[in-house]
Amino acid sequence: MNLTTEQIEQKALEIRQWVIRSLAEAGSGHLGGSLGLADVMAALYFRRLRHQPGNPRWEDRDRLILSIGHVAPVLYAALALSGYFEPDELLTLRKLGSRLQGHPGRDHGLPGIELSAGSLGQGISVAVGLAMAARLDHKSWHTWCICGDGELQEGSVWEAAMAASHHKLDNLTVIVDRNHLQIDGPTEQVMSLEPLARKWSAFGWNIVECDGNDVEQILLATSAPLRVKDKPTVIVAKTVMGKGIKAIENDYRWHGRGPSADEAIAFIHELNHTQP
Amino acid sequence: MKNVTLKAGKTGFGEGLLEAAQKYREVVGLGADITTSTGMNLFANTFPTRFFSMGIAEQNCIGVAAGMALAGKIPVFSTYGVFAALRSADHIRISLCYNNLHVIIGGAHAGISVGPDGATHQALEDLAVMRVMPNMTVISPCDATQTHLATVAAIELNSGPVYIRFGREPVPDFTLLDQDFKIGKGQLLREGSDVSLIATGHLVWEALLAAEKLEQQGIKARVINLHTIKPIDEEIIQTAARETGLIVTAEEHQITGGLGSAVADVVVRNQPVPMAFVGMPDRFGESGQPRELMEKYGLTAQNIFHKAIELIKLKK
Ligand SMILES: [Mg+2]
Repeated sequence: MNLTTEQIEQKALEIRQWVIRSLAEAGSGHLGGSLGLADVMAALYFRRLRHQPGNPRWEDRDRLILSIGHVAPVLYAALALSGYFEPDELLTLRKLGSRLQGHPGRDHGLPGIELSAGSLGQGISVAVGLAMAARLDHKSWHTWCICGDGELQEGSVWEAAMAASHHKLDNLTVIVDRNHLQIDGPTEQVMSLEPLARKWSAFGWNIVECDGNDVEQILLATSAPLRVKDKPTVIVAKTVMGKGIKAIENDYRWHGRGPSADEAIAFIHELNHTQP
Repeated sequence: MKNVTLKAGKTGFGEGLLEAAQKYREVVGLGADITTSTGMNLFANTFPTRFFSMGIAEQNCIGVAAGMALAGKIPVFSTYGVFAALRSADHIRISLCYNNLHVIIGGAHAGISVGPDGATHQALEDLAVMRVMPNMTVISPCDATQTHLATVAAIELNSGPVYIRFGREPVPDFTLLDQDFKIGKGQLLREGSDVSLIATGHLVWEALLAAEKLEQQGIKARVINLHTIKPIDEEIIQTAARETGLIVTAEEHQITGGLGSAVADVVVRNQPVPMAFVGMPDRFGESGQPRELMEKYGLTAQNIFHKAIELIKLKK
């Protein structure tokens, strides 16, 4: 899909609207992180990913692993808006019998879901395995993995990081949702991650940093890994939890809750009246 | 009983893996530093481009295997059972079982017969943890030849994750390569109507020896090799309960949660009969020679024999 930057920004806005609507309908879920990742998801699904929404099992598609499964609503909205399924289904989120599980569940049949995930720290290992298999078969598809910043406190993330550079996986890109927040509060208070870029660098990764709420910057950052040889790339995307809704931006209490019906109306109204 | 050769389960695993890898080019191997100890070196040396050294990082190995399976490979990952099954349990639960991916996990150094290394390296809880995982198949072959066949069968199963456990110590290798081995189908090794001895792993051999001792007392013991813990062969267990009325189980594993519990699950739901259990009594192992340890904890023909005699007295 070749949309202009402005059109991708518009898609990010629509993703946010659907995230708010689906979470309000569900009555629970993770609003803050989902809103923060809307621009990254829009840039990936409407420009950067090689994929065919009408043919979700296309063998040569790029693989996107959402390791932070709790921000599933933003993945679901991006999938629906790019044509994997009808957006109305987003309103079944978290309900009994829905294909939209609280964390992505492959066995529920939603097209575009590559992995059932959400136990933190596991997706990156799976992404490493995908990239290794692609290389073994001389396939040109790329593996993308989105991790949370709090998630990086899981030790197995660094096992995977070590393996990816050992095996020189230049067909793998990890995007870290660096919003500096996790459930108990700021990451640097809960368990400090800094100097984060230097940690990845020491593990042998190519480092790219960008503003994860600026579509232009995300597009630039996600084009970099495709040119790097013999190293995996990590994009540290600085995002704002709750981005787009002033009242909840950077408020970690919105990590794990959804809006009430009234809040949803007010939030969507705010989105519609804010110029990007 | 006739003399048999001794062979380690890991050797059977290595040979089975090599055979399957020659047949199926999708088979890839993941090693966590102890490739020779698991028997995987045979595969690694023959197919160096399909073997991947992953270092001492078992959780990552499980995830990597999941990713490779998603991309159409048949990954085989092996390390000691304690690390393969227990350290990586949540990765196995979510990345493998919830995703229902066809990955084979080889749990080496099973049981207390690991010997002098002591409790840290003696896998005695792996069957319990693996068998509660939805979608998981759990196999505990009785000797090296059966481990060979089980490894090939697991690779050919073509669905879901499979855990195969095997030991380090050379033990009697008494089954034949042309045996009828089917995952989920127990083997009736000896007919008998007074008591059933249901065993798994190399305690199947001890159960056969116990049956001979019982025979000398005029007691006819049935011996069943339950090499698949999950899915369990309910029919062979129910028939044994109905026809013999007494069951002794034997395993190199904690009594709680392993073969004994799995058999009891079936028995109480269908045909409750008195049971006795040979296995580890809710405690850790220790250092010692394999045979010394087997004797100290009663994982022997002698103890299976005694349990059977006690059950029969109870019945009278
Ligand atoms: Mg965070």
